[in-house]
Amino acid sequence: MSTTFWIIIAGAIATYLTRIGGHLVISRFDNIHPRVEAGLNAVPAAVLTTLVAPELLNAGPAEWAALVVTAVVSLRGGLMAMFLAGAAVLILARQFVG
Amino acid sequence: MSAETLTENSLASDFWQGVRLSMPVVVASAPFAVLFGALAVDNGFSVLEAFLMSALIYGGASQMVGIQLFGQHVAPWLIVLSIFAVNFRHVLYSAGIGRRIAHWPVIQQALGYFILTDPQFAVAEARANTGQTVGFAWYLGLGLPVYIFWVIESALGAVFGKLIPDTHALGIDFLLPIYFLGLVLGFRKRPLWLPVVLASAAVSIVAYKTVGSPWHVSIGAIAGVLLAVILPPHHSGVETRP
Repeated sequence: MSTTFWIIIAGAIATYLTRIGGHLVISRFDNIHPRVEAGLNAVPAAVLTTLVAPELLNAGPAEWAALVVTAVVSLRGGLMAMFLAGAAVLILARQFVG
Repeated sequence: MSAETLTENSLASDFWQGVRLSMPVVVASAPFAVLFGALAVDNGFSVLEAFLMSALIYGGASQMVGIQLFGQHVAPWLIVLSIFAVNFRHVLYSAGIGRRIAHWPVIQQALGYFILTDPQFAVAEARANTGQTVGFAWYLGLGLPVYIFWVIESALGAVFGKLIPDTHALGIDFLLPIYFLGLVLGFRKRPLWLPVVLASAAVSIVAYKTVGSPWHVSIGAIAGVLLAVILPPHHSGVETRP
């Protein structure tokens, strides 16, 4: 079996643990410490931000335009609208500035 | 209400009611499934591997993160850890939904947790909030179509991803950052969102420049989470819980 296969299996087990773990572990406690809860609340934004931020270092005009449009559309639209608007601007801009 | 009083008809009706509610989710997730398949192949996955990842992990953002890191030749254990980190929010969904489905048989609960995605949690919680029972048939009707379409569309995306000639002109290489920015902005109503995002962004950029990829992901994320833990609870909006 390839490394990729084992990554997928381990990733699947890790994911299932998150989906069943909250029920098995956290629901046993009557109260979650507010600081722990604040930390848990911060997890998604913190992780996802690290996947975007370093890309800014190499971003050219087309990439910046796409990210700015994505951010502006986010004020009104949902995830799909944001994504489509950002992608459209990126593809269009790359035709001109490569 | 005992199982005997539930006729097959009412179970079927519950199931189809769930299916109807699943349709917007099926439509909204379709582009991401196809995109995942195409990007997976672009990052070195085979069509079968893309299919397996969707079928076994079934978590869009974590799958995107996984293939992104795979393409950067990051150590396997760190890829798995990153998938775990991105999916960690499910722990909270799990704790929340556990109260609603505790009356199901254990096997059904085990399956229910497997398909516990963001929209699955949101729609099921919304039903529970109206005082209705979250039954297995209804929950399966809500989740099964999303799962089936997600897996099939991932495989299709992987097949057609191989046919895309110039991925740069089509922006394929930069679609993930746009997608992740969209997800980050989607969490903006959470307490401490801006400080967490700023801290994670700054620290991850510094770590990227100094320690290097892929460590910037873990280091930046830990910085954001620690900030949320350290700041006084009255800033984080969680101290008023009943």
